[in-house]
Amino acid sequence: MEQQWTEEIKSNDSLFSINFKEVWQYRDLLMMLVKKEYITFYKQTILGPIWFFIQPILTTSIYVLLFGQIAKLSTDGSPQIAFYLSGITLWNYFSESLTKGSSVFRDNAAVMGKVYFPRLIMPLSIVVSGLMKFSIQFTLFICVILYFTFVKGLIQPNLWVLATPFLLLLMAALSLGLGMIFSALTTKYKDLSFLLTFGIQLLMYASPVVYSVTSIPEQYKWILIANPLTGIFECFRYGFLGSGSFEPSSLIMTTCITLIILGVGVLVFNKVEKSFMDTV
Amino acid sequence: MKNLAIQAENISKQYRLGEVGTGTLSHDLNRFWHKMRGNEDPYLKIGESNDRSTKGISDYVWSLQDINFEIQQGDAIGIIGRNGAGKSTLLKLLSKVTKPTTGSFKVNGRIASLLEVGTGFNPEMTGRENIYLNGAILGMRRHEITRKLAEIIDFSGVERYIDTPVKRYSSGMYVRLAFAVAAHLESEILIVDEVLAVGDAEFQKKCLGKMRDVSKGEGRTILFVSHNLAAVKTLCNNGIYLKNGLLNYSGVIDATIETYLKDTKGQIGVPVSLRTDKIGNKKIQISDIVLKDGNDNLISEIFSGNSLKIEFYFKKDEHVDISKMIVACNFSDSYENIIVGWVSDEMEQNFNISLKNKFTLEIPNVNLRPNNYSLNYQISYKTTAPQDFCDVLQNAVSLTVLDTNFFNPDIKIRSGHSSLMQANFI
Repeated sequence: MEQQWTEEIKSNDSLFSINFKEVWQYRDLLMMLVKKEYITFYKQTILGPIWFFIQPILTTSIYVLLFGQIAKLSTDGSPQIAFYLSGITLWNYFSESLTKGSSVFRDNAAVMGKVYFPRLIMPLSIVVSGLMKFSIQFTLFICVILYFTFVKGLIQPNLWVLATPFLLLLMAALSLGLGMIFSALTTKYKDLSFLLTFGIQLLMYASPVVYSVTSIPEQYKWILIANPLTGIFECFRYGFLGSGSFEPSSLIMTTCITLIILGVGVLVFNKVEKSFMDTV
Repeated sequence: MKNLAIQAENISKQYRLGEVGTGTLSHDLNRFWHKMRGNEDPYLKIGESNDRSTKGISDYVWSLQDINFEIQQGDAIGIIGRNGAGKSTLLKLLSKVTKPTTGSFKVNGRIASLLEVGTGFNPEMTGRENIYLNGAILGMRRHEITRKLAEIIDFSGVERYIDTPVKRYSSGMYVRLAFAVAAHLESEILIVDEVLAVGDAEFQKKCLGKMRDVSKGEGRTILFVSHNLAAVKTLCNNGIYLKNGLLNYSGVIDATIETYLKDTKGQIGVPVSLRTDKIGNKKIQISDIVLKDGNDNLISEIFSGNSLKIEFYFKKDEHVDISKMIVACNFSDSYENIIVGWVSDEMEQNFNISLKNKFTLEIPNVNLRPNNYSLNYQISYKTTAPQDFCDVLQNAVSLTVLDTNFFNPDIKIRSGHSSLMQANFI
């Protein structure tokens, strides 16, 4: 009888040998990791999920004061609170997923050094558990939107609101892809983790978080056009606040860039995951 | 013919020594440059075999080199070797934690590894939640765990604490729970690395029993790394002996252990003063050990029950006060289990300050079963703390105990590794 093998562990795998089937087999692990994130956050805190509200409320207040009242940046006529809160809600999700994702190898070296599981599960779990916090902050945002729509009558949300799940998916994919690229590189070149910390800060100012695209002088607009986040933020604001300069074409470009980054991220991550334990 | 579970072909693993991080970029660029021109990786040639005690020239070292073996389904394989021989590296490669530098494994079946107990446990989560989390990390589906939950909790013996966060657990409970999860994995191949070092004797027994069930009863394949040769011997049927990253011997477990022991005792014939495997600060050094019988004849064999004198010849630094010397010595069996031993401070014996170069241990009756024993000693100064070790040597000299009629002049005592003691059945 011919000897059967179910698996081969080789020294050299091709760059594209990614075992998505295996990732799917470990989907229960993904759920457990998300649950773990949830439990470790709430246990032994008194206020629990309220912390998720406090942060955006305080940040929004400061932005309203600093950028709205003092710097008097344009919000395209939208109420300042709704405008800044929309930016912060989205940005928080993106930056947190990226920050956590980029250190996924270092943070989990202890477990990964002992047992094998498809490493992709880890960054995926970060992106998914980030959604939990996002949904809480998004609820706050919805309350503010409802207030300004029906009580004050200052904004008119339109059907682009329905694109939100897609926008979220794009942002998740983008932070996942970038996070994986950085996490793969930082196992060998630690310098990059310093670069990333302030890189994320800079990226916030290169994205329409605290300002609107229309208020940017023509000669700097290329930065915003090149930034895949711009499309996401503009579409989100256009849907909920009914303001801004959203063009569907920018969303298509965002989608393309995101897919490329995600693809590169998965490849680089897959390449590094098999031997990162030796260098981390 | 039985089916193979694992086939290893030319497995090698290279590690870089020293500070990883300096020069990685230049090495990477150099590698890339060679690869572009279709040349071999320049750093693969320069590794050396992994003998940690000698200083090497190269920064790269082969932790494993050209390992080939086949493991049949249902076998229990013991992997033995000294610290740093590459045992854990081999298991890491097999469990896919890191990949081999060259070569490949072919595997038939799901591999689950139990490398270190409790990895992936989250202290904030309860025992029950951790069973699910740990099970999922080890590759179990949720419904598999649910099906086995009662069995796992029962095996772990921590039922009372199962809904308490595991940070409140004692380390023993932690281990019990973790082993219970791993032992109930439905994998065809189970990798176990030194988990039995923790946990109490009762639980260790339970673990060994479970592992025996797994390999013999369920026909699953086990790879077991341990320094406890007795456990390896009882559990495994085949063995692999690694030495400095090379496969030294593989075969039936008894022969493997024998080869390993012969190797570690390789220096037993060498005079004590020339031995290179001594440790200690050498303030006091044993230069020779002489075994004598009651009539002061030099011996290496003794009839059980006869009297024995062990003469230790020593050298010491000038300022050392010999009355503060503490001597421990013992006889161990060929599996390095200590059978009987003596420590001078427990015996309230102070050495005479005028002692020049020799002290003697007199044993009126060597009441041991016939077999081979080896003498180990440990000389320390003032305390028995490790920093005060002057001279420590395992397997310093060997002693063969010949057959005896300990209880009755007409009845021979069977051979074995244990001491004898007068007693009566009434």
